[in-house]
Amino acid sequence: MAKIHVNTTINGAPTEFLCDANQTLLDVLRDSLGLTGSKEGCGSGDCGACSVMVDGRLVCSCLVLAVETQGAKIDTIEGMAGGDTLHPLQKKFIELAALQCGICTPGFLVASKALLEKNPNPTETEVRYWLAGNLCRCTGYDKIVTAVLEAAAEMREGAR
Amino acid sequence: MSDIQYHAPKTIKEAVKLLAASKGKGRILAGGTDLLVQMKSGAAAPGIIIDVKKIPEMIGVSEKKGAFTIGAATPAAALGEHKKLRKAWPGVVEAVNLIGSTQVQGRASAGGNLCNASPAADSVPALVSAGCVVNIAGPKGKRSVPVEKFNAGPGKTTLKPGEIVVSLTLPARPKKASDAYLRLIPRTEMDIAVVGVGVSLTMKGDTVADARVGLGAVAPTVLLVEKAAKALVGSKLDEAALDAAAAACSAACKPIDDKRGTIKYRTKIAGVLLKRAALIARDRVNGIEHRGHR
Repeated sequence: MAKIHVNTTINGAPTEFLCDANQTLLDVLRDSLGLTGSKEGCGSGDCGACSVMVDGRLVCSCLVLAVETQGAKIDTIEGMAGGDTLHPLQKKFIELAALQCGICTPGFLVASKALLEKNPNPTETEVRYWLAGNLCRCTGYDKIVTAVLEAAAEMREGAR
Repeated sequence: MSDIQYHAPKTIKEAVKLLAASKGKGRILAGGTDLLVQMKSGAAAPGIIIDVKKIPEMIGVSEKKGAFTIGAATPAAALGEHKKLRKAWPGVVEAVNLIGSTQVQGRASAGGNLCNASPAADSVPALVSAGCVVNIAGPKGKRSVPVEKFNAGPGKTTLKPGEIVVSLTLPARPKKASDAYLRLIPRTEMDIAVVGVGVSLTMKGDTVADARVGLGAVAPTVLLVEKAAKALVGSKLDEAALDAAAAACSAACKPIDDKRGTIKYRTKIAGVLLKRAALIARDRVNGIEHRGHR
């Protein structure tokens, strides 16, 4: 079976790749395109380490076939910082030490950014439910939640 | 190298043709949150994947004379964002929005949840209580079936070879009607229902004029519990009526023991959730907002 040619836009840049019909978006991002920021934790949609945005929706890239993204706009963790300038969420995660081993961090950041774009002023409960599909096995949830809430406050302040 | 073919047809006709020609080797791809997991575990090995998300009838929500038709592959998140649907059918929407995480919500669909045919599927008891009709297309044309008759057992539907679920229709709502879905899980999020109960009520003054009850995770398929509905109709949802309806729900249970709950526990909880869901549905008729599980 010949490889399938797919055209997408990844982090704003037109990107094309070849894939097999059963290859996941995560596999293509990591293995074909060298975008290794998205991680494979479980491979079954439980851990959220592979979170990316596809056409503005937060999804697990391990549960998306790469071939499905023909014509789609994909945003990954690699597109989050503007050059050397970190996103406020990234800064807060560092400042508050909201990570230990770091494997879950890209997924948490992508998911948190999606939340704040939808709801700039979430409650702690809303943050916890929104991020229920992101697992941290170093178990630093409190610091992560605090970092998201503080980043949200800073971004609201900055938007004034 | 992969022997799997991928197709993204733009019409129902084309999709049905592909599926019928696949001789049982074809699988429909909607959100993929079940299919991809099954493919990775080896539980499914399709020869042809038919992605139905490019078919206009299968994506999105439309309204006609008060009846909503939900494209079978519409992501759950999109249903949660649909204000009119949420207002008319808060129970259906809260049930659909309980499937998996935020990430899963971005992909998973009510049609997929139905076709996966888990007895514990969260959306199905709410769809049963809503009187949902499943619209099916196949090699012999179109047909429709009440949702409670759609599944045949765990993992089994009544779809014939080549048939596809196109959409789900929720009937037009009389005034003073609402619904609710409650499930019990061992934790607060991201788990499979021990019991799920959907209740839809139409009120006339303080009295229940019409009711439907859907009960999940306590039998091989989700049940329509007509005896529970009968116990509610004509009542003011007083304790005696709620007790009778709860007893009818418990009596309808044919559950299994597993790590999430015993037979005894599931049977009792079915009645408890029925009472709570009925009261939430009534509150919603009266304009009192409930956030459900959150």
